[in-house]
Amino acid sequence: MNFIRGIAGWLLFATLVSILQASATEIPLAERRSGATFMSADTQAMQNEDTANPGMLWVLDGEALWKAKAGTADRACADCHGDVQTSMRGVAARYPAFDDTLARPIDLEQRVNLCRTRHQQAQPFANESRELLALTALVGRQSRGMPIESGEDARLEPFVSIGREIFMRRQGQLNLACANCHDDNWDKHLAGSAITQAHPTGYPLYRLEWQGLGSLQRRLRNCMVGMRAQPYDSDAPETVELKLYLMSRARGMAVETPAVRP
Amino acid sequence: MAPALINVPPKAKRGEVIEIKTLMSHIMETGYRHTSTGEVIPRDIITHFTCRYNGVEVFQAELFPAFAANPFITFFTTATDSGTFDFQWTGDKGFSETASASITVE
Repeated sequence: MNFIRGIAGWLLFATLVSILQASATEIPLAERRSGATFMSADTQAMQNEDTANPGMLWVLDGEALWKAKAGTADRACADCHGDVQTSMRGVAARYPAFDDTLARPIDLEQRVNLCRTRHQQAQPFANESRELLALTALVGRQSRGMPIESGEDARLEPFVSIGREIFMRRQGQLNLACANCHDDNWDKHLAGSAITQAHPTGYPLYRLEWQGLGSLQRRLRNCMVGMRAQPYDSDAPETVELKLYLMSRARGMAVETPAVRP
Repeated sequence: MAPALINVPPKAKRGEVIEIKTLMSHIMETGYRHTSTGEVIPRDIITHFTCRYNGVEVFQAELFPAFAANPFITFFTTATDSGTFDFQWTGDKGFSETASASITVE
């Protein structure tokens, strides 16, 4: 009896410790803040006004691409999906999403390229190409203001936990985990810049430093080079799993695509 | 490629001071950068911007290599008559783009 009580007590203790370890660093729901709230009023105004937001140049490009026929199938996105404003509403807020054929999550960039190879019989766009950024910005724009729902699909659960494990794991020559900055020190500054909570609410976004639009994987590469780790390739499973964890971590926050960041 | 985003208020009262906002898509390559093999990347910038209001020039600007990509130019003018604003950007490598927007003045 004492033995059983001992075991039960130990289990309770172990559970408490693991809960504490898991929740000690994570940001409480009520304290989550979009990266936009760390920006100056000028940059926020630039993001919020369509005629001042340079990301809208890519959205307009995307509208032209949406209607342009491509590939040997000679079909445009619009030929299957119709009006982008109705068919793509809320779609980006659910990505990365589970693909039945591949039996794993894919991000919006991969979905566009799969559509090209599967349905248009066209060459996939290169990562970070103007066309791919334009189409993902266009699709993302249709979810602006809607709450992020990524990771709600139960089949994604194991992939979210892999992404979380990558986020928590120390790596690179500086031996830092994403969590060391973005969970533990988001209220502080790094070399004059706000650290922020790393909620990917507005990708693809226009970064003033880049003087152009860029994807979340480009931002992740920046971060990983900064901590002197080997960045993952854009299409690597780890990239998608990390994106999936970040998006599910930001669940309920509003989509800002195309956002502007300093 | 979508060249420009223009924001002119569609309506204004006569004599009202209005803000005009323009955003032109351009790489604004400074001419000071080098490729990985050491070759200079030639300068490619917008050098001049003008705005005409019913044919009369109301604003002009010279642009230089320090301008960021996709230059965003805003300025104020007084609404005098209904009509159109014609914008023109010219630059290196024969770059020339135009855009226009109309306004109703009551």
